[in-house]
Amino acid sequence: MARQPPYPARRQITPPAPSFLLPAPMPSPRDTLLARVTSALAPLPKRAPLPNWDNELVIMRQARGPVDAWTFFAERLKAVNGTPLASTTDLVATLTQGGWKHGYCDPALWDELRPAFDAAGGFNVETTFDRARIDDYQFCITAATAGIAETGTLVLSDLDTSRRLAALSPWVHVAVLRRAQIHIDVPAAIAALPQDPNVIWCTGPSKTADVEGILIEGVHGPGIQIALLLG
Amino acid sequence: MALQQIDQFSAKLRPETRASVYDGSKKGHEKRTSVLFDHYPDPDHLRRLAGNIKQHVVENLDTLLPAAAAALERNGVKVHWASTAEEANAAVLAIMRARNATKMVKAKTMVSEETHLADYLGKNGVECVETDLGEFIIQIDGDHPSHIVKPIIHKNRRDIATSFEKNGLGAYNDDPQTITRRARAHLRKKYLEADVGLTGANFVTTDTGRLVLVTNEGNSRFCLAATPCHIAMVGIEKLLPRETDLGLYLNLLARSGTGQQLTVYTEFISGPRSATQPDGPEEMHVIFVDNGRTDALASDCREILRCIRCGACLNVCPVYRQASGHAYRSVYPGPVGAVLSPLLAGERFPELADLPKASSLCGACNEVCPVNIPIPDLLLRLRNRGKQEGSKAAAAGTPPMGAWSLLASQPFVWKTSLLAGNSLNYIPKSLIPVPPMQTWLRDRTLPAWRGGAFRKWLANRPTPPAAK
Repeated sequence: MARQPPYPARRQITPPAPSFLLPAPMPSPRDTLLARVTSALAPLPKRAPLPNWDNELVIMRQARGPVDAWTFFAERLKAVNGTPLASTTDLVATLTQGGWKHGYCDPALWDELRPAFDAAGGFNVETTFDRARIDDYQFCITAATAGIAETGTLVLSDLDTSRRLAALSPWVHVAVLRRAQIHIDVPAAIAALPQDPNVIWCTGPSKTADVEGILIEGVHGPGIQIALLLG
Repeated sequence: MALQQIDQFSAKLRPETRASVYDGSKKGHEKRTSVLFDHYPDPDHLRRLAGNIKQHVVENLDTLLPAAAAALERNGVKVHWASTAEEANAAVLAIMRARNATKMVKAKTMVSEETHLADYLGKNGVECVETDLGEFIIQIDGDHPSHIVKPIIHKNRRDIATSFEKNGLGAYNDDPQTITRRARAHLRKKYLEADVGLTGANFVTTDTGRLVLVTNEGNSRFCLAATPCHIAMVGIEKLLPRETDLGLYLNLLARSGTGQQLTVYTEFISGPRSATQPDGPEEMHVIFVDNGRTDALASDCREILRCIRCGACLNVCPVYRQASGHAYRSVYPGPVGAVLSPLLAGERFPELADLPKASSLCGACNEVCPVNIPIPDLLLRLRNRGKQEGSKAAAAGTPPMGAWSLLASQPFVWKTSLLAGNSLNYIPKSLIPVPPMQTWLRDRTLPAWRGGAFRKWLANRPTPPAAK
């Protein structure tokens, strides 16, 4: 069945005919649009100023307490149904418990992680990612760029993530985080946004509440979001 | 008396739809309120600040837009400009044709709803798949979103299960988890096959040229991880002057829209993939779309362009909750839609001029707005414009005010009737020959008529010293 809009699309605005005898050159789409903006604003006697503001304003008032950044981060990550893990042994135990034995690991991290996987045994971990079989990888391990403690957020970026798809398509995504990478709050993380074309803040597992407002995790992205603290 | 169109629609609404919309919006509002006030001592201050910054953006678009475009171009983004819906759609198609692209995966964007992009591309031989779960369901149903943030707020799980069954997505099953898993499996094939990923943008930073996308499901990430070309359609009002302002807006948007501290995925996109990254677009295009926004900018309702599309005003609105989004006959429903839709309609304004009347002017929409838009004021200005332009849609359902306007505009008639009203103090009330008045009087008593007392006082008042 064709989609019939119940309401009309906006009509095309015909540009005014040139008032000179010689046809004026067609203005570029950019000039046309900007000219409309300029003429819309022309009658304004003065423009609203740009206020400055203090970062303190947007810091959540949750008591941070005398805990270190990782503990605070881990607590906030749990609040959004994420999984903080503090050792490779915990990671291997979690993966084993979930029955997730086939995965991918960023080759740059594999040396560090391999002993724990070898000790447990029974894992099939690839260090190349084949996009033709994205559903084969039950878990993928990539490096995080940073963390945000206040919100339990993992920061990923093009430069640090070995494959965008690996950080997105598996059921279980493990982001490897270092203690020194944790920002305390959102303004600090904004100030430290890396020069990178694709910075992703992940706050817990992928979710939707589209169906009757019921929370379902693992919509298109990971259903399990793990932050693994290494060093 | 003929009803307003929105009342006619509402009267015929299925009870299940009304219940879905009512429950969904009420829950959304309650979550927003508890999270905002739980996390911040003075959320009101944040709203006013965010409103002032956005008002600065709106009033300085003539300098900020070229600056944003220059920043994007520095980042390797190709910038396009579209004054109308047709131009915006044509720009998308031109980019696709230049790449011999025939398949698009699309994340949720309201501006592409404005331009009917999916229909347009379909007619031009492009397969365009909506990937947001709600929008996907809307697409397979041939339906339209009824909420800015929760497009299928008007559907229940049984409606969805039925349409999945009809569209070959498995046997009837109305478990939300099963529905979601089926969509996951179906759509990941689509991402991997697609030639182009299309998104909108929640914000564009003018100083650094980053597009910011605020999402939960991960579909827009997939659009930008699996396809070789990224096209973003962006309304011209989406700019933020400074990257640091994101700290304010990200915190407000998620809390106002879905009651989250942050949405699951906040994506900062500033160009094609980096050289070391195997996945993602090698080409990125941004199309700045006007489509009526400069009309709104030129009007006395330009404050509406501050809107960051959180949907909080829909959730709180008593009219939206009863009437549902489709009652607004336009892309943007609820209080924001009652202002924005007629403004964006251009010369079709009179057709939608009844929407500003779909409000009791209770002011709740202004109170929850994260950018403090004075929606009730704007509604009044548009009601005035509807009257001035003689809109038939706006006049429907309005009681005749001829007698009242004669009374109120002729001082002599007014004074006479005030004096004549004094006779009410001497005749029995049951003799007043106005049926509605009799109904009203059944449970109430009228105070004594004091017509003219105020005028007498005003005329004889002692002159204040300052006015001498």
